[in-house]
Amino acid sequence: MSSSSGAVGHIPLAVRSAAPAAGLLSGSGRSHQSLVTFTDVRVVDPAGGRDGAANVIIEGDRVASVGRESRGLRIDASGLVLAPGLVDLHVHLREPGGEDAETVASGTTAAAAGGFTAVCPMANTQPVADHAGVIEQVLRLAREAAMCDVYPVGAITRGLAGAELGELGAMAAVGVRCFSDDGHPVQSAHVMRQALAYARTWDAIICNHAEERTLTGDAQMHEGIQSDLLGLTGWPREAEELMVARDLILARGLGARIHVPHVSTAETVALIRAAKARGTRVTAEATPHHFTLTDQQVASYDPVYKVNPPLRVKTDVEAVRAGLADGTIDAIATDHAPHPPEDKEREWSAAPCGMLGLETALAVTITELVRPGVLTLPDAIAALSTRPARSRDIVGHGGPIAEGTPANLVLFDPEERWTVDPGRSHSRSRNTPFAGRELWGRVHHTLLRGRFTVRDGESVTPGDDDEIGDA
Amino acid sequence: MMTQDQIALDERPAGAGLSHLLDVDALGADQITAILDAARTFQQLAARPIKKVPTLRGRTVCNLFFEDSTRTRVSFEIAAKRLSADVLNFSAKGSSVSKGESLKDTALTLQAMGVDAIVVRHHAAGAPHQLTRWVDAHVLNAGDGRHQHPTQALLDLFTIREHFGQLDGLHVAVIGDVLHSRVARSLVQGLRTMSAGVTVVGPPTLLPLAVGQWDVDVSHDLDPVLGKADVVYLLRVQHERMSEQFIPSVREYARLWGMDGRRLRRLSEHAVIMHPGPMNRGVELTADVADAPNALIARQVANGVAVRMSCLYLMLGGERA
Amino acid sequence: MTSARADDAAPSAPSRTVLDADAIRRAVRRMAHEILERHAGAADLVLMGVHTRGVPLARRLAHDVAQIEQATVPVGALDVALYRDDYARIGPRPLERTHFPVDTEGRTVVLVDDVLYTGRTVRAAMEAVIAEGRPAAIELAVLVDRGHRELPVRADYVGKNLPTSAGEVVRVRLEEHDGVDAVSIERP
Repeated sequence: MSSSSGAVGHIPLAVRSAAPAAGLLSGSGRSHQSLVTFTDVRVVDPAGGRDGAANVIIEGDRVASVGRESRGLRIDASGLVLAPGLVDLHVHLREPGGEDAETVASGTTAAAAGGFTAVCPMANTQPVADHAGVIEQVLRLAREAAMCDVYPVGAITRGLAGAELGELGAMAAVGVRCFSDDGHPVQSAHVMRQALAYARTWDAIICNHAEERTLTGDAQMHEGIQSDLLGLTGWPREAEELMVARDLILARGLGARIHVPHVSTAETVALIRAAKARGTRVTAEATPHHFTLTDQQVASYDPVYKVNPPLRVKTDVEAVRAGLADGTIDAIATDHAPHPPEDKEREWSAAPCGMLGLETALAVTITELVRPGVLTLPDAIAALSTRPARSRDIVGHGGPIAEGTPANLVLFDPEERWTVDPGRSHSRSRNTPFAGRELWGRVHHTLLRGRFTVRDGESVTPGDDDEIGDA
Repeated sequence: MMTQDQIALDERPAGAGLSHLLDVDALGADQITAILDAARTFQQLAARPIKKVPTLRGRTVCNLFFEDSTRTRVSFEIAAKRLSADVLNFSAKGSSVSKGESLKDTALTLQAMGVDAIVVRHHAAGAPHQLTRWVDAHVLNAGDGRHQHPTQALLDLFTIREHFGQLDGLHVAVIGDVLHSRVARSLVQGLRTMSAGVTVVGPPTLLPLAVGQWDVDVSHDLDPVLGKADVVYLLRVQHERMSEQFIPSVREYARLWGMDGRRLRRLSEHAVIMHPGPMNRGVELTADVADAPNALIARQVANGVAVRMSCLYLMLGGERA
Repeated sequence: MTSARADDAAPSAPSRTVLDADAIRRAVRRMAHEILERHAGAADLVLMGVHTRGVPLARRLAHDVAQIEQATVPVGALDVALYRDDYARIGPRPLERTHFPVDTEGRTVVLVDDVLYTGRTVRAAMEAVIAEGRPAAIELAVLVDRGHRELPVRADYVGKNLPTSAGEVVRVRLEEHDGVDAVSIERP
């Protein structure tokens, strides 16, 4: 699917416009190349079908070898897992327009801290990313920060208003592969159908936030006994399921590619499973909070748990886990949605929806899915890296890890425990629903084209790029 | 060391030591009983020449009202003043709240002023819960969105117990817009805690979707429920429910779920009518029902002050942990 | 007013009975005589027992007065919890019924309690009585005066003066509440 039609590989502008050498990317301008060997590391590479111990040599911006030899600086990585850098299909970096919550620099720094080397920011910025100008601005900001590759999602409709199509062609020309009005579901079936059809020009992907708005007027949380008890207007699961069903039917009829974001109900999982069996070109993602938390959390009335789609009930959590386990849901995506404290520390009904996710996704996945045996570690890496990269035609991320491939990698200790402290987040915001939780799995190093963006658990911004990689 | 003048901890009434009154769900039967028992004393006080007692001298109670409700605010104000507390009224309209000050900042301001209790009415469900995170003061929920209105439920329980002498084993029909009613949520929980049976009655559009999990009987038909009810509790139906497609018309609602003279005659002889007010005469009940001798609606209002005094008395004493 | 309940004395606690049932009966009888003597009869008197054990003591006094003088003295009950000065420190106490059998205007109210100690309960009781009306006078009758006053309060009628140390607890048990008549001193 990723190799289909005339789409060239999705090469991020961050790479295209800069020389490929890590030295140039880091801004140091040095001409010689660094050489590092991670020795005795467990390589988990779903794309290459590998799960086993090896030495991995990084030379400059590329993987030089995976095997038994070692060269240059040797870093003992025994006990660590080396995997392709994580890829997040769904983040909000807030810039331009929401810099009090997050910037491209802060968001990509948080992404790197979480082990990500590629993220896809949504279009609901101010101004909206509904034309090439905003896309190019975000790409430039990401290039300057140089912490994580950024693949912006373009808006489907102008101003996310759901009425007129945005200039998908102009955005596709600067590299956009996916279009979404995230947060503003496209209500009109006609507009949605036209978007799916038009996007076929580039075999691009349409991602529609699944919410039938006439059913969620003043909705505050999942509809059920808990919303009854808390006196908050319920958010019927049908609002999501109706929209997913509609979009799957429309996409199938057109042979168009569709991506279902943040799957939250059991019925949505079943709809996608059935559509895949019928050959619909659908991919789907689930967030760590939807496969972990339930509407019981809302009893505290702490808006840190307010999110769209809402936290559901245990049977939905289990269905989402099952969907991840059987591959119905392709990817784990965070829907990282920063909000400044003054916006979240309000009455529940006045607070905005959204949760941080970039820095906790890997650990929550290990803690909640890998350790209980829902996913194997290679399956988890596939869902966090390989499959999201493939589903969005992103080349150079998600593996394979082999001689000559870009060194976009994460090294983490799956057995190391740590406690989530919002105060230590690299995000500008603090709205993590996992605050205070003890999680397994800590990122030690993240490498973006051979350069450490995280080293020994600490962020390395290009300015403080050290010389330690030089042989 | 215990001295002659001190009271043993276990001699304290069960309601004592309650930090906040946020929802009825959090109250046990012993606590509800303690609140109702103390309210009886405060009710007797109201008949005396000097209605005021010095108990809360030096304590400050703030009525923090983000939503208009003169009757509830006045009831709390009288309750606090009869206990000799200093009372300050902080209403959203006349304060910096309307200029965009957040609930948290308002809370921190009251905290800095050193108030001992905050009585809060807010249009947002959960706002009283959130206040407890930001202030040391006792928080009493005077109605939050469609969530809870615990003192209303307590005064209703008091009124029912006053009339029947007990709550255990009674059967209460709660009729109308349960979905949007904080009164219904609070009252039903209180009745179940006190072992009274409940049937909620109304069109499915005005009952919560998950009402089947509420530990009550559910009926969409009023008439079969009338004969077995000891208490008929009518909820207010707001006119905007029609434009929102909950019910097609007031006339149809009144015909199917309204209490009128004909239905009044089908009640058992000892049954009583209650309503939390303000009433929509002609919608949830007709004028002759509202004024019937077995309507306890005026008693409910009268008992409000005593019940609120009881809550303040039981909560505000002693040193905070 | 005693604080400890009758049944929670540790078995090893040294306890010394200072008044038995007969002694209590005689003390109440003597106080009844004194009240009648001071007022030259029972007219315009009202006995207000302070909850909890002051209430049965007031009834006993009224009973004795009736036997001695063939006169009926109205008996009421007073709960002083709402008038105490230790609410902020100790917290709420259970509320008992307060009952004034007659209008106190122009009458002499005799407060009846079991133990006079710091005087704070009596002060609260006086405030409770005055809140109800303006009696001609307020007097105080106690079964035991154990000393250690913290307020300028003096009893008019005392069943027994009992020197104690502050660490001791005077426990009054009455038939009506405790199934037995006895006053003891306990050292916790």
